[in-house]
Amino acid sequence: MNAAKTIVPAKRVAFPPNWPVRIALLALALYVIHASTILDITWARFVVGLDQGARFISRMWPPDLASDKLELLTSGMVASLQIAIIATVVGVLLALPLGLAAARNLAPLPLAWAARGLIALFRTFHPVIVAILFVKAVGFGALAGMLALIVASLGFLSKLVAEAVEEMSMQQVEAVRATGSPFLSLVIMGVLPQVMPRFIGFSAYQLDSNLRNSALVGLVGGGGIGAALFTAFQRFDYDFVLTIVLAIIAVVMVGEIVSGWMRRLFQ
Amino acid sequence: MDASTFRMPVTAVGGVDRSLVIRKLCKEYRAGEPVLKDVSLDVEGRGMTAVIGPSGTGKSTLVRCINRLVDPTSGEIHFRGQDLARLEGRALRVARRRIGMVFQEYNLVERLSVIENVLCGRLGYVPVWRAWLRKFPSADVERAFQLLDAVGLGDFATQRADQLSGGQRQRVGIARALMQEPDLMLADEPTSSLDPKTSVEIMELIAHRAGERGIPVIVNIHNVELARRFADRIVGMSKGEIVFDGAPQALKDAHLLTIYGGEGWLE
Repeated sequence: MNAAKTIVPAKRVAFPPNWPVRIALLALALYVIHASTILDITWARFVVGLDQGARFISRMWPPDLASDKLELLTSGMVASLQIAIIATVVGVLLALPLGLAAARNLAPLPLAWAARGLIALFRTFHPVIVAILFVKAVGFGALAGMLALIVASLGFLSKLVAEAVEEMSMQQVEAVRATGSPFLSLVIMGVLPQVMPRFIGFSAYQLDSNLRNSALVGLVGGGGIGAALFTAFQRFDYDFVLTIVLAIIAVVMVGEIVSGWMRRLFQ
Repeated sequence: MDASTFRMPVTAVGGVDRSLVIRKLCKEYRAGEPVLKDVSLDVEGRGMTAVIGPSGTGKSTLVRCINRLVDPTSGEIHFRGQDLARLEGRALRVARRRIGMVFQEYNLVERLSVIENVLCGRLGYVPVWRAWLRKFPSADVERAFQLLDAVGLGDFATQRADQLSGGQRQRVGIARALMQEPDLMLADEPTSSLDPKTSVEIMELIAHRAGERGIPVIVNIHNVELARRFADRIVGMSKGEIVFDGAPQALKDAHLLTIYGGEGWLE
């Protein structure tokens, strides 16, 4: 039986099919279709929605520029700016020590893990959810919004500080340590110069993001322009809603420019 | 071999005994794999001692054990009436500030200015707030300028350290070490990252500036010629042990073969 002895060379496949990926993609596609049928997302529903949207937009125009409304807008906006700036400053000041404590190449491990746990806790919830918690805890108003944004800033900045510290050059730190420097002087002269440029960049970004989020926390009772926006919505003052939205857009854009300046100033 | 038979009388300079006595020093980074095997070494309180030997033989570990950037596994290091191997916390920092160190990669804090790097040598002496606010005592600032003049960098004081060339950086490193007013200077491969001409200049600088102040120097060095030229004593290490100890003139090719192993490379 010669045929049995002929060795058939195995066919070489350049790109073998990756079955786990194929199955996962198929499952994802099926789930999306399934979920959208449950939620009644249909073309007909979309058309109805478009109609509603057109009416909404027509009621928004022109924006309401009555003087009493503008006063409301200004005071709300000023409050929001104050919330954002104070939250950023406090967050920046607290994030530095917390971030240093969380850096595993600097802090003793138990402290680093404790600090990391705290940071993870701060980062668990979206600022809006934190704001709802603070509104319940300390009552309506700017204080709740500010506390919520401090927590958000702290979570973001301290995590980035910790990462920047863990990536810095230990050679420079070692040299300062060899001078017999006390720990705090080591941080000031050996660690901070290395992480400061990035930290300032992050802080400027956080100011930017707090400006946007200060409107958001206002929606759930955290004071500022968000509160005015929420009231306007409830009273169907859609023309005033447009005024507020345009003002927020303007402030956020200006904020972006200012944070860009800040970055260049401190580099 | 004539290993560890070389003894010189211990000397005192200015009333302070600057000699170093190492007894049975062991270091294992991983248990059961000693990098230093019961090293004992007496260094008198003046002159330059060069430690030569192949890479990975424990030279760097030996020098780093002395100022405790590396913690020895066992053994004693006696200096200024203390066992450095047992010191912790504040006592360790106070001991460290009397031991200057020069690094292979210079280890300057790149984002600090040259003069700030030199003043890092005072961190073991000045309180934290002075480091933070850069309010160093005027006598220290004056001395920092004098040291920069002494290493030929008087005009570079306010430049940032990352703008300097390798040779210039190492000069700053030497000034930083001298700024500590050390009773012992350690140099870990100070010339390995430099060109031959600059290497000679750096070795001259270390030898002269330490020599005129009566500071003993222990230098790890790959370059046998530089060791012969500048050192008063050569210690040869191989596989974590001292296999040669004597005057530069006494170092013969046979010793080099023992230290570095193999043959044929010494032509």
